[in-house]
Amino acid sequence: MISYLCRRLLFAVFLVFAVSSASLLIVELAPGDYVTGSLGLQATPEEVAALRARYGLDRPIATQYFDWLSRAARFDFGRSLANGRPVAELISDAAVNTATLAVTALLLATLIGLPLGVFSGTHRGGVLTGTIRASSVFLLSMPPLLTSLFLVFLAARTGWFPIGGMNAIGRGFFDRLHHMVVPVLALALPLSALFERLQAQATSEVVTQPFVLATFARGVPRSRVIWRDALKVALKPVASIYGLVVGTLLSGSFAVEVITTWPGLGSLMLNALRARDVYLVAGCAAAGSIFLAAGTLASDVALAYVDPRARE
Amino acid sequence: MKGRTPQRIGAGVLVVTALAALLAPVLAPHAGNQRFTGLLNAPPTFIYMWDAAGAWRRPFVYPWKRISQLEQQYEEDSSRPVPLIWFTSGQLVQSSDEERAPLLLLGADSFGRDVFSRLLYGARLSLALALVGALGATLIGAFLGGVAGYVGGAMDDVMMRVSDFVLVLPAMYVALMLRSMLPLALEPRTVFTILAIIFAVIGSPFITRGVRAIVRTERALDYAAAAASLGASHARVLVRHLLPAARGFLFVEITMLVPAFIVAEATLSYVGLGFPDTIASWGTMLQDASSISAFADFPWLLSPAAAMFLIVWSLNLTLQGRYERPM
Repeated sequence: MISYLCRRLLFAVFLVFAVSSASLLIVELAPGDYVTGSLGLQATPEEVAALRARYGLDRPIATQYFDWLSRAARFDFGRSLANGRPVAELISDAAVNTATLAVTALLLATLIGLPLGVFSGTHRGGVLTGTIRASSVFLLSMPPLLTSLFLVFLAARTGWFPIGGMNAIGRGFFDRLHHMVVPVLALALPLSALFERLQAQATSEVVTQPFVLATFARGVPRSRVIWRDALKVALKPVASIYGLVVGTLLSGSFAVEVITTWPGLGSLMLNALRARDVYLVAGCAAAGSIFLAAGTLASDVALAYVDPRARE
Repeated sequence: MKGRTPQRIGAGVLVVTALAALLAPVLAPHAGNQRFTGLLNAPPTFIYMWDAAGAWRRPFVYPWKRISQLEQQYEEDSSRPVPLIWFTSGQLVQSSDEERAPLLLLGADSFGRDVFSRLLYGARLSLALALVGALGATLIGAFLGGVAGYVGGAMDDVMMRVSDFVLVLPAMYVALMLRSMLPLALEPRTVFTILAIIFAVIGSPFITRGVRAIVRTERALDYAAAAASLGASHARVLVRHLLPAARGFLFVEITMLVPAFIVAEATLSYVGLGFPDTIASWGTMLQDASSISAFADFPWLLSPAAAMFLIVWSLNLTLQGRYERPM
């Protein structure tokens, strides 16, 4: 078990390193840089050269990269070229906002999707099962881009929920919750549908297996068999997809953040990419990959718990 | 044939959409970027069969009369019915007074362009891009997966590690990074090619893994050995004998990649990294709806979102019962 976790941890570290390095190099290699973008077409070559020298963008790419790497190893991620604030500071605010959104959505989706999946997986052919299934297929067809558009539309029409931003100035916790409703639902609804479908499929396969029949035969109550014995085995598909779901969540939260103007990593990264603000891009990528690494680790641990064979 | 109704509905919607996209030049009453400057954000025109007096007549529309220029509010001018004309100048249907009372089945956008016509032309672009991307991903995935599964060994290990790695990454961000490497302002044709390549590369790891697993199991079967002992070359065994076993899998994968790519194009265009807004795609149309106030007052601007939902939903219906995966 320990060696398994160590291997997975190593993969996580490699993930963070590779993703942030790759994004830094990609932005460096791309045509144009922050200076050409910010000075515009009228700038003289001298001005451009001066500004490049000031930001250190005139050095060879390899030098810039290793310089960034050696400082990043000491948790100094440089400063944003656009506004001079430390990248770490900008990122940590945005990362907390994205994490709040993603974790709430994940919890909500799990709480909705799993029980409904177990229910529809064990009750075949009922009206309720049919309804659950149909609404899952309906919601699965609405990726976060569409759910957020429609929810924002509904919110704007009814006025029940605020439609943009994160907080009204000087308001407290409940105002934050109120602002979270639209983006969280936009992320959670398609995800809960995915969980419901996976769990329903897995449950309906598991309950036909001999060990479940044997447990029934020994007189164990039905609900206990389904919700305890069968569930532990049937959790495997959902547990193994949790790692991928973090990637899906980040992809989805990009659209949601842009549409609901939630100040998270997605919006930050988009602006950084547009301005070719290299260090900020690399920082965003690093933060995103830490989420990913955490997600895959959590998924691996969950899988190892559910299925001991996975530890090999 | 009981229980196949959802599949039939799904397939029907898909066929209708594909036809509508193919026949856009005939079906769309207007060109994609024709502007009606007096009708900015005008609501959809209804087609009537009865006039105000209750008398039946040939299908006609009422022109929109602007009652507030500032708030862009319109009301129907029911004193002046304008009959529709059919099969003229290569169009299925148009209003007989295109200047003052154009047929706007889904209203007009903030530039006064016909949303319905743009939706049809946009479908051509968005669907074609998604299809080309999915086919590209299939080709790359089938090739890499086939080779990895057939050759095995160290090469297989490396390729699987790489695809594991790419699978974990959030696809949207990878696409965003790759797209932003290139200049923002590009010809629509260049954008199409670039996006298709990016989508093909991002979508391929899913297919690589699946094809590799299938080829590995099939390779151990007798028929593969028989083909090889009859003197078939490696390439022939792989392409003619082993890869056909992956047909069903590839079909399902394509039907899952297409909606993902439609949404990816829309997201990229929405944030301004996709097609330029002079060209109609479902993403650039949504961009027009991106200011929040436009949402509530002019809901017809959301019709590309509804169209996207319809496509993804009908694909999901046709696939019902199989493994489902959102973007």
